[in-house]
Amino acid sequence: MTAQPNRRASGGLIDRSKVVRFRFDGRDFSGHPGDTLASALLANDEHMVARGFKYHRPRGIFGAGSEDPTALVQIGSDAARTDPNTRVTEQEIYDGLEALAQNVWPSLKFDVGAVNDLFSAFLPAGFYYKTFMGPLGNWMAFEPFIRKAAGLGKAPGAPDPDRYESINRHCDVLVAGGGPAGLMAALTAAKAGARVILAEETAALGGRLLSVDPDKVNLGDMAPTAWVESIAAELAGMDNVTVLTRTAAFGYYAQNFVGLWERVSDHLAPNDQPANLPRQRVWRVRAREVVLATGAVERPLVFHENDRPGIMLAGAARTFTHRYGVLPGKRVLVFANNDSAWEAAFDLQSSGARVAGIVDLRRDIDGGLLSTAAEHGISIHPGAAIVGTSGAQRVSGATVRRMSDSGGVEGPVTAIECDLLAVSGGWMPNIALFSQSRGKLVYDEDLSAFRPGQSWQKERSAGSAAATFDLDGCLKEGARAGADAASKAGIPAKAERPPKVEGAERPQGTPRVIPEIPSGRPRHKVRAWIDLQDDVTTKDLKLAVNEGYDSIEHAKRYTTSGMGTDQGKVANMNAFALVADALKKPIWQVGTTTYRQPWKPVTFAAMAGQHVGDHFHPRRVTPMHDWHKSNGAVFEPVGDWLRARAYQRPGESFEAAVRRESLAARESVAALDASTLGKIDIRGKDARTFLNRVYTNAWSKLAPGKARYGLMLGEDGMVMDDGVTACLADDHFHMTTTTGGAARVLTHLEDYIQTEWTDLEVYMTTVTEEWAVASLSGPDSWRVVAELCDGIDPDPEKFEFMSHTTATIDGVPVRVFRISFTGALAYEINIAADYGAWLWDKVMEAGQPYGIQPYGTEAMHLLRAEKGFVIVGQETDGTVTPADLRMDWIVSKAKGDFIGKRSLSRSDTVRTDRKQLVGLLTEDPTLMLEEGAHVIATATEPAEKPVPMLGHVTSSYDSPTIGRSIAMAMVESGGARMGERLWVSRKGGTPIPVKVTETDFLKMREDGDV
Amino acid sequence: MFLITCPYCGTRDQSEFSNAGEAHVARPANGEELTDEQWADFVFLRNNPKGLFAERWVHTAGCRRFFNMLRNTATDEILAVYEIGAKPPKVTTVEPATPSGEAPIGSGNDAVKVMRPEEPK
Repeated sequence: MTAQPNRRASGGLIDRSKVVRFRFDGRDFSGHPGDTLASALLANDEHMVARGFKYHRPRGIFGAGSEDPTALVQIGSDAARTDPNTRVTEQEIYDGLEALAQNVWPSLKFDVGAVNDLFSAFLPAGFYYKTFMGPLGNWMAFEPFIRKAAGLGKAPGAPDPDRYESINRHCDVLVAGGGPAGLMAALTAAKAGARVILAEETAALGGRLLSVDPDKVNLGDMAPTAWVESIAAELAGMDNVTVLTRTAAFGYYAQNFVGLWERVSDHLAPNDQPANLPRQRVWRVRAREVVLATGAVERPLVFHENDRPGIMLAGAARTFTHRYGVLPGKRVLVFANNDSAWEAAFDLQSSGARVAGIVDLRRDIDGGLLSTAAEHGISIHPGAAIVGTSGAQRVSGATVRRMSDSGGVEGPVTAIECDLLAVSGGWMPNIALFSQSRGKLVYDEDLSAFRPGQSWQKERSAGSAAATFDLDGCLKEGARAGADAASKAGIPAKAERPPKVEGAERPQGTPRVIPEIPSGRPRHKVRAWIDLQDDVTTKDLKLAVNEGYDSIEHAKRYTTSGMGTDQGKVANMNAFALVADALKKPIWQVGTTTYRQPWKPVTFAAMAGQHVGDHFHPRRVTPMHDWHKSNGAVFEPVGDWLRARAYQRPGESFEAAVRRESLAARESVAALDASTLGKIDIRGKDARTFLNRVYTNAWSKLAPGKARYGLMLGEDGMVMDDGVTACLADDHFHMTTTTGGAARVLTHLEDYIQTEWTDLEVYMTTVTEEWAVASLSGPDSWRVVAELCDGIDPDPEKFEFMSHTTATIDGVPVRVFRISFTGALAYEINIAADYGAWLWDKVMEAGQPYGIQPYGTEAMHLLRAEKGFVIVGQETDGTVTPADLRMDWIVSKAKGDFIGKRSLSRSDTVRTDRKQLVGLLTEDPTLMLEEGAHVIATATEPAEKPVPMLGHVTSSYDSPTIGRSIAMAMVESGGARMGERLWVSRKGGTPIPVKVTETDFLKMREDGDV
Repeated sequence: MFLITCPYCGTRDQSEFSNAGEAHVARPANGEELTDEQWADFVFLRNNPKGLFAERWVHTAGCRRFFNMLRNTATDEILAVYEIGAKPPKVTTVEPATPSGEAPIGSGNDAVKVMRPEEPK
């Protein structure tokens, strides 16, 4: 345990009275509440925390927040909870926190993968693509090596045990960013009475006010943190305000829909996480107006060897110093192209570091800065550049040369020792959310960066996000933005008066941007990083441009610059500038890559929220479900429903259960829970006309008390659904649909009633869930119905096939249909759903003397195949007409128009070589065909591929009733092939010879044909 | 995720609705008299313009009623909703203008992400 040598004696949002112990890379460290992993490691003088993606070079802490590209670690070693690619600058520490270095072996400090660095010349831009395009063997040879060497953290190996949630919220004004501008915006809008949500990405409000020297800056006579606290307290006291910290606005979508990601308890030890709170939340916010106060991101400088640990953004060094009370270096060299880095230098010097020098690319430096530097005794190097750095796992020094007029470097080389190299290439407005909102960016020549130009959605940017960098201006602009947003949301508001600012530093001025800072070295020996996360150097990007990738989007993908988990937050602008420079084009013409959601990685778990496991998708179960469960049912999902597939007895195989059930349905009696069938109640004086138009057959003469099977087509003539519809009265019908097709069919029918045949008076109601249905099949089924039901004589001689009637069971009304999907004598009893479970018990009780058995969907499929009945979706696939099913008999020639009618006479649908439904019997009756297998014309597969295919097997079963295997198939001109010998190919064997037959296998058995 | 105003229920989240394709495509009453090409045009072919488009939506998880919408498909601007059978109202929207067919603002595509220096700010 070290003693935090870099911890300052006071200052920052750190509770020094408590010690927090954590582990990193197998070593023990301590920090304080308020620390991030980054600040705690820096307090312990640990700069190197990771290895590069490609070359495995040592990587340090570069930023102080979500912009950091490289300081990624794995949190926790528990297979279920481990969290890869976590930025140490964002992870707050807690007692017992365990962080592991990623992509290293055997250890962070000694890593074999670092050998890649020696071969960097062989890993140029587009390495992958070039290897793909080269001889096949190359990729095969490189691939295992690359997969192992390149990469970031490891994904968890077990299901996530934590809870996540998503919340929908509406508000008048959403403020993204809790810095000075955001606070003033939220305060103004809130005081006007608007419903306000303020989202701050980090753990505390205040933004850059937390990174300034509290001894120098005052707001309304208060220290910056005191002022922030006073505003926070004011906001907390208002019911119309929701302040969310640790909450990043990650996505700006259409119509002011903004996603917020709140890390609710990631900062707490697992034992301290409140059980009532989720780990993370996604807030789905619909805001009337949005204020983007997302701040600015500091730009790195692109110079030779700019990637060592200890090289850090100057602003980040200040944040560590003031916000976290940690001095990240004792001997600091500052490399700058703007004024703000000078302020950082003075700041670090006053805070106890020794500034070893300020190197500035600009030759003309403001006199005020020069004199302050002199007062501090800091040596300065204007018009000079750092041309190289040293240090293995931490920067130890840099070499400096004067810039020449021609854009190179000249003169003597000065070596300066340092343990921190603070760099600043100027500040770039954080325009990610603005660009996501589809606003247009404008390139600001003075800024050498993009800023918001023209808004598209109902938002405005404020503060440094809008390139307003002085503190006073930020506060004022924030207040104005809040007032504007509230007013536009319909709540008149006046900008709150901002506090008087004293001691604020100068803004950055005009940075001097040089796309690639000269080093005086031969071109091929320059290694200047653009993207630290993806290990992209200036050489890679220039090579991409040379090879013709002159679109910035292409150059990005070719080099991977700006990809990865940080999406180039600090890197992109430098990449744009370098590509523009290489193309000799203005930057606005090169443009930007696309800022896509999310602004930073959001966990899948948070996105999924509550919708996991049983809550992933609603499951529908029938009223009889509990009975099925307690009677050995194996379930299968059918649409949203869970249906019993078979009822397995102890020790019984699935196949044996299906045989037993199907035999009962043929030879005695068996019951199917058919409650899931879609049911639509159709009423109105034109109901019959409507049925005539939506089914292929005629419905004009269907009398009350009768039922009929119908095929429903799409307008393209293809079968879309089928089912039995019963006539209850002249203007009242009960339609059934397939289980999975119920919702689709209803929408289809509503479409025609609402938009095409608006003259028809028809009303449709879904009654799928109003009725529970027990379907009884088998020669004894009528006896069970007779015992159960009063007011009906189900004797098949008297109660006709395809008719229905009402009856009662113990006084409870039921509808009884004599319809059959098995080919056996069958009855369907429909009862109010509340009585479903009761009905099922009754059926089982009444059927007991006849050996009644429940049967599931698998036996049902087998039974209907024995009879040659089709299942829409199994025999059909959306390209099958009634004629293809050889069901021409169901298409009325006499009646008028119906949906799909015209399509049945299209040149394509009348082809005689279309695939048609046939039965297939294998010559060896014990052989089962595989569903989906191809039907071919020859006994052996021809050598030439692809093998000409006549069709495919749609259904295949082992039928105990027929005493052999049976199958159905869609086969080219199938109807004309009766008796023909064909073959069905199979994997790993010779094709199986089969005979083409009709599909009604029961009839074939009766006729002695099988 | 759009916010859609159902003419019957009011403004709701897009997740309650389903898109139902191009609007104002009447089913020919005289299908039998049409050539295969004419019929196929009705069954299979729909416009898919970049820019102003009249399309049908259905409030699937609400009143289940169909209605029409005018939407700019380049910018996802919803310009009007109106009942089935009604004529589309007159609207103004940003038309595709750039060489790539992008609307001058709001599409988020390359052509319009960054302003040209001469554009009014």
